[in-house]
Amino acid sequence: MIFTIAARELRSLFLSPLAWAILAVTLFILAYLFLTQIEAFIGLQPRLAAIKGAPGVADIIVAPLLADAAVILLLITPLITMRSISEERRNRTISLLFSAPVSMTEIVIGKYLGILSFFIILLALLALMPLSLLAGTDLDLGKLAAGLLGLTLVVAAFSAIGLYMSSLTEQPTVAAVTTFGLLLLLWIVDWAGTTEAAGSSMLAQLSMLRHYEPLLKGLFNSTDVAYYLLIILLFIGFTIRRMDASRLQH
Amino acid sequence: MSRQALVQVKHLTRYYSQTCAVNDVSFDLARGEVLGFLGPNGAGKSSTMQMISGNLAPGAGQISIAGIDLLEKPKQAKREIGYLPEQPPLYRELTVDEFLRYCARLNRIRRSHIGNAVATAKERTGLGDVGRRLIDNLSKGYQQRVGIAQAIIHNPAVVILDEPTVGLDPLQIREIRALICELGKEHGIILSTHILPEVQATCSRVQIINRGKLVFSDTTAGLESRMNATALIAAFHSAPDLAALQQLAGVERVEPLPGNRVRLHYDDSNPAEALVEQSVAQRWRLHELTPEGRTLEQIFIELTCSEEQYPHSGDSSQ
Repeated sequence: MIFTIAARELRSLFLSPLAWAILAVTLFILAYLFLTQIEAFIGLQPRLAAIKGAPGVADIIVAPLLADAAVILLLITPLITMRSISEERRNRTISLLFSAPVSMTEIVIGKYLGILSFFIILLALLALMPLSLLAGTDLDLGKLAAGLLGLTLVVAAFSAIGLYMSSLTEQPTVAAVTTFGLLLLLWIVDWAGTTEAAGSSMLAQLSMLRHYEPLLKGLFNSTDVAYYLLIILLFIGFTIRRMDASRLQH
Repeated sequence: MSRQALVQVKHLTRYYSQTCAVNDVSFDLARGEVLGFLGPNGAGKSSTMQMISGNLAPGAGQISIAGIDLLEKPKQAKREIGYLPEQPPLYRELTVDEFLRYCARLNRIRRSHIGNAVATAKERTGLGDVGRRLIDNLSKGYQQRVGIAQAIIHNPAVVILDEPTVGLDPLQIREIRALICELGKEHGIILSTHILPEVQATCSRVQIINRGKLVFSDTTAGLESRMNATALIAAFHSAPDLAALQQLAGVERVEPLPGNRVRLHYDDSNPAEALVEQSVAQRWRLHELTPEGRTLEQIFIELTCSEEQYPHSGDSSQ
């Protein structure tokens, strides 16, 4: 049942030009970034050859590419998630789900997986770029895998937040703006204090960026993974609560 | 199961902040019944239907569908409900077939039966040749039919239709009414409308709701007996004496009307036959004879406009 809803969600995304446009623009920009990183690497190569244990392609090309990809995804996630619930409420199509023998949890998780599968497709296309390096050079696959896992977790957390924001309002644009605001805040929240005060280290713990950086370096830390999983569960839980409440008041 | 009420609603109440939309409504629906829900705008028809279909949580009260409590076991109970809201819930970017397949799956129809279910629903609603068209490109009438097809695709015990004929042309209205009558044979149907003749044409029972309260509930037959004629209007070319008319058997009172017409109020026996006989015998040259009864409209207005019953209600705008 969850997968039926997810499939419908994904299908509707691809039936609108928005998803295609987003895929095209994002991949174009990422490809450009990828090529500039390759150029930088070629420039550095003679000097790197002289150093023993120098950083490899994974550090110089893949890590910056994935770091930039996270920022771009921060910009586009609100556009993908904004319509998922708000538009159904606005067009009153949500009553189709409400009067079907489906629980609220199934509806919300179905919708979430639909959105997530769109981003998995995007990430799969993105992963092809670094993988193409395998044709000409050695690539640290472990580092690439850690980076991609990090990016998947980041975008999964973005989607959960976007879904929740979409359940709060009937206006897709409002959902997009609030999602963007919250995502950006969570991204930059550690800028508040670079000093080692007690407060700022707590803010650093909240920051999405802080938990992403270790994974880019190939450092798999269970606290980082737990952080993203917690965010995802929290916001999916909020969404289910919110949808249940929407039947109570009007 | 067959004797059990399909829908049982007990003391259903719903408030929107301070406004009471539905106030202590109770009724039953049996298999093979078409229940017409009448009421002025804002009377609480849609709210009641939303609650029965599980779209709105009731403030208080109990709803059971085919013996299953909707609030305790929503999943099982919702299997037995097909619901068409006022605005049909259609994904406009899908084709009719895709949409109905999705609805079939949502309603947990087994994979091997989906094709059949979609074909049956399409056939019953006359959608046979538009299956591959986008819902967005269909006319309003066809979209409404897709909405109905969606509600009956899983062969539910109860079909709830909220104003199903709004925005349709007269021909489509007739087709939809015929469909409702046919569905009513096997399912229990709750139908809301504010088109009064629709109720007489399709329903076997009528309920009128006003300001959230059920003010009238009777079978259509019972309603018709209420509407029975109690007066005749007759027109003559050479009008007789009023006293002569008063003499006719059964006539209670004669009321002269302009243009050589009279209204004959009667009690039990209809004086029409005697009137015609007398007219021929005495050359009154009767040329028009109309039985006059209360229309459903009059009953409806009597029931819904009696504001005096609610001395505390602030506004009396209606």
